[in-house]
Amino acid sequence: MTVTLPPYEDVVARYEPVIGLETHVELGTNTKMFCGCPTDFGGQPNTRICPVCLGLPGSLPVANKAAIEATIRIGLALNCTIATWCRFARKNYFYPDMPKNYQISQYDEPLCTDGWLDVEVDGELVRIGIERVHLEEDTGKTLHVGGATGRIHGATESLVDYNRAGIPLVEIVTKPIPGTGALAPVVARAYVTELRDVIRSLDVSDVRMEQGSLRCDVNTSLNLPGHEWGTRTETKNVNSLRSVERAVRSEIIRQASVLDAGGRIVQETRHFHEDTGDTTSGRSKETATDYRYFPEPDLVPLAPDAEWVSTLKAGLPELPRLHRKRLQAEWGLSDLDMQSVVNAGAVELIEQTIAAGTTPEGARKWWLGELARRANEAGIELAAVGATPAHVAELQRLVDEGKLNDKLARAVLEGVVAGEGAPTEIMTARGLGVVSDTGALTAAVDEAIAANPDVAEKIREGKVAAAGVLVGAVMKATRGQADAKTVRELIIARLS
Amino acid sequence: MSDVFHLTATEIAARDASGDASATEITQAHLDRIAAVDDRVHAFLHVDAEGALAAATAVDERRAAGEELGPLAGVPIAVKDIVATKGVPSTAASKILEGWRPPYDATIVTRMREAGLVMLGKTNLDEFAMGSSTEYSAYGPTFNPWDLSRIPGGSGGGSAAALAAYEAPLAVGTDTGGSIRQPAAVTGTVGAKPTYGGTSRYGLIAFSSSLDTPGPCARTVEDAALLHAVLAGHDPRDSTSIPQPVPDVVGAARRGASGDLTGVKLGLVREFSGEGAEPGVMAAFHDAVDALTKLGAEVVEVSCPHFEYALPAYYLIAPSECSSNLARFDGVRYGLRVGDDGAKSLEEVMSLTRESGFGPEVKRRIMIGTYALSSGYYDAYYGQAQKVRTLITRDFTSAFEQVDVLISPTTPFVAFPLGARTADPYQMYLADLYTIPVNLYGGPGISVPCGLSEGLPVGLQIAAPTLADDRMYRVAAALESAIGTLTPGELS
Amino acid sequence: MAAISREEVAHLARLSRLAVTDQEIDLFAGQLDVILQAVARVGEVVAEDIPPTSHSVPLTNVLRDDVVQPCLTPEEALAGAPDAEEGRFRVPRILEEEA
Repeated sequence: MTVTLPPYEDVVARYEPVIGLETHVELGTNTKMFCGCPTDFGGQPNTRICPVCLGLPGSLPVANKAAIEATIRIGLALNCTIATWCRFARKNYFYPDMPKNYQISQYDEPLCTDGWLDVEVDGELVRIGIERVHLEEDTGKTLHVGGATGRIHGATESLVDYNRAGIPLVEIVTKPIPGTGALAPVVARAYVTELRDVIRSLDVSDVRMEQGSLRCDVNTSLNLPGHEWGTRTETKNVNSLRSVERAVRSEIIRQASVLDAGGRIVQETRHFHEDTGDTTSGRSKETATDYRYFPEPDLVPLAPDAEWVSTLKAGLPELPRLHRKRLQAEWGLSDLDMQSVVNAGAVELIEQTIAAGTTPEGARKWWLGELARRANEAGIELAAVGATPAHVAELQRLVDEGKLNDKLARAVLEGVVAGEGAPTEIMTARGLGVVSDTGALTAAVDEAIAANPDVAEKIREGKVAAAGVLVGAVMKATRGQADAKTVRELIIARLS
Repeated sequence: MSDVFHLTATEIAARDASGDASATEITQAHLDRIAAVDDRVHAFLHVDAEGALAAATAVDERRAAGEELGPLAGVPIAVKDIVATKGVPSTAASKILEGWRPPYDATIVTRMREAGLVMLGKTNLDEFAMGSSTEYSAYGPTFNPWDLSRIPGGSGGGSAAALAAYEAPLAVGTDTGGSIRQPAAVTGTVGAKPTYGGTSRYGLIAFSSSLDTPGPCARTVEDAALLHAVLAGHDPRDSTSIPQPVPDVVGAARRGASGDLTGVKLGLVREFSGEGAEPGVMAAFHDAVDALTKLGAEVVEVSCPHFEYALPAYYLIAPSECSSNLARFDGVRYGLRVGDDGAKSLEEVMSLTRESGFGPEVKRRIMIGTYALSSGYYDAYYGQAQKVRTLITRDFTSAFEQVDVLISPTTPFVAFPLGARTADPYQMYLADLYTIPVNLYGGPGISVPCGLSEGLPVGLQIAAPTLADDRMYRVAAALESAIGTLTPGELS
Repeated sequence: MAAISREEVAHLARLSRLAVTDQEIDLFAGQLDVILQAVARVGEVVAEDIPPTSHSVPLTNVLRDDVVQPCLTPEEALAGAPDAEEGRFRVPRILEEEA
């Protein structure tokens, strides 16, 4: 079936989108939510499990204090009310990646409720309402074998690894976000970005979408102006910030085309496809299982007292948006310049480079220039480019000390990115330092004069501009490692 | 009566300590007794002779080395097969766990082993502890040593029968709605359900998490108290475990054995005054009340108006929790798998596994629980049952403002013939009429023999306030001193 | 009036992953009906202002320090598995998508 999709601008001129986001964050605690198994990545399958997270008969959960505190801190950073009394609940459904065939979660008594997060979009603040923040356990990983693409359809069997089962998972649910119009996709992306930065600043998770420690489901609905909100769909498998924006946009267009054709939106789960940018239909919510929630009898209630909560609140760091405002002032940047630093994901990197002794201009030059270009070419995040703030600070110091010129510094940086070591090491190993030994330079100058007698004669006659040719020859002979200004002075001194 | 296997745990421990007998000899004597009678009683699902003798030898060696050992070191014990024992089959009497050997010990088993108790093997029960007669075991019923044509109670019929048949002097049971106390009553033995949270549930294959309580089974009150003291205590692996010292149950039992109950107020629950109970049971009970009065106790009638809703509330709460607890038995990680022929889907294989792995009573309860937790019914069933639980707790609290303990028959009827109540599940449920309120409240309760009816044992239940487990032991020991222990005829 | 129909029993069996036979459905429908009618008595207690009791122990905030404990070995973990492959639990093809 081929459908001609209406243009986005046309759709958002006629329909009003309402979006909502459900974000899952895997906490970076040492141990799992309800047992002492480690949470580290990369172990052999089924080596991070014990009777509790394997759901062996007779085993019992005990809640991880660090996970509870991390969740309360997230709630506080999102301006939520922290429950004074709440319980975990069992969500019952059968699935092989869930060892007990129920998930310990929270249902009608979440730990944190009713907060907000301010997000900057096009220089304006948008306040996103937070419905709830709750804590649950993650599931294991299922490997589908025998199918064409490792997908569940067509597979002949599946293999289950429970290493991830039981890792603490925080779910953050927004209130419905109406009134953003054509900006809905951008707002969605800005919210997830800001949420990621907030959680990263709390140091409770590494919040990496590509590794699955930050996952996002996007709810979208459309309505005609002045009408009730439409039926919403839930888009899953949205695995990058860019995809958040694309998924909302594509779902808005798809729903409009259905509505334009006189159709009805079905409440369902849809899957986003990174390659095509489309969503496809998944499970219909109307036939969804009844999860039969009830209070988890193996755990006692949580009752965070005011003192505990206020201690956690006092320990919150400066939140990213305010932190950025302060840095912008300190660095003396315009809004636009700061925006490009933020967009490049360079705030922390520049901050740390400055802390290591570099000026704001020096730090910004390298991260937004040479390194941003390389990250962009490689299609990776700036933080993953291979250079650290310490490297950049060292590099700039070498330039300031006159040991490297700009060209040589770039060559050294290439070595850093290639993993050859720290700038000083690379400078020495590759012999890239500026030649400041006048003896060696004088010899090179003499050679150049001898090789170009006619040019030398012109200079002797006072045509100083001709010195450029000899400077070039000396630079070539020293493979660019000489300081051009010094060379020029030497030549003129020799020939006057 | 000079055989070693007739000795109580207290007597065995004394012999062990004085060097009159070794733990190995005592253990061998019980293994021989099991070999001689268990084909008729069927109390055991698994006898671990090798493990038992190794444990006994270790105790003898520790004693020979001059080590100070606990009061029950070297005493053999039987463990209900719903308790996880490392490397030893733990089936919950279900086909779905046939052959499963846990990679870990339950906390109470660790405590038992550390105390030098010698585990003989695992005893029979109603599948997943759901039943009152042990007839719902997937491995065949256990028979009451008082009359082999009758049931030994349930769910812990295997543990109670092992005691009554002198196959073990001590046993571990679990009590969710009466599974320690009711079998004790119908086999003429002693069984105590500690305060919920007083004994760890870690390693108990869960039936109903908010009610399950492991506890001691014995032939005397003092033996039960000694085992209680070994099993009880805070366990950081069980979030519902109470972080408080265990009451001095052994001291209380010894004080009670002096036979003086002066100043003790016994509460007689008006609502349990005999309706639905067999006349012989009520007669034995009233005789026992008279005996307690003669020991100086004062009897006061109290009203617990919501007890009549205990049975319905229990048969909503326990099945609801069990429907969730038993979901993990799906043929993926352990236990039985049925129908995996390479063509069937996981969903089909799971359903076939559970269909053939669970018996009819388990399936009934799973379905009732699934129904009661469904979104449309939750408030009317599960939610309302939890409110009833609150009202029952209030009944207990106000009763204990007037009296020290509550007494009643343990169960309305003596051991009934096999098959008498299996056709009508609800008739079976009535066996736990008097024991269930105690579980919903969470306090301790003990059943102690109080006489005979039609030649069969009758039990008296003593219920105490939460964390006052010592109180019930005092009254139980006093009653035992007045009435004596009950002894069945020798097995023919 | 019956509290539960044959269709409802079949639905409950599906939710509970029990491949019950038609015969069992007939049997269970009758038995569950008796039981459900009996337990429905909890509704007689008017309990507007009564808080529910989910736990009989009055404990809160029972928490564990975030300290790593030993795991099972892969051999122990997989010892009870009906089927395993490459250190993982093997299951037949899955029809339903993840919830």
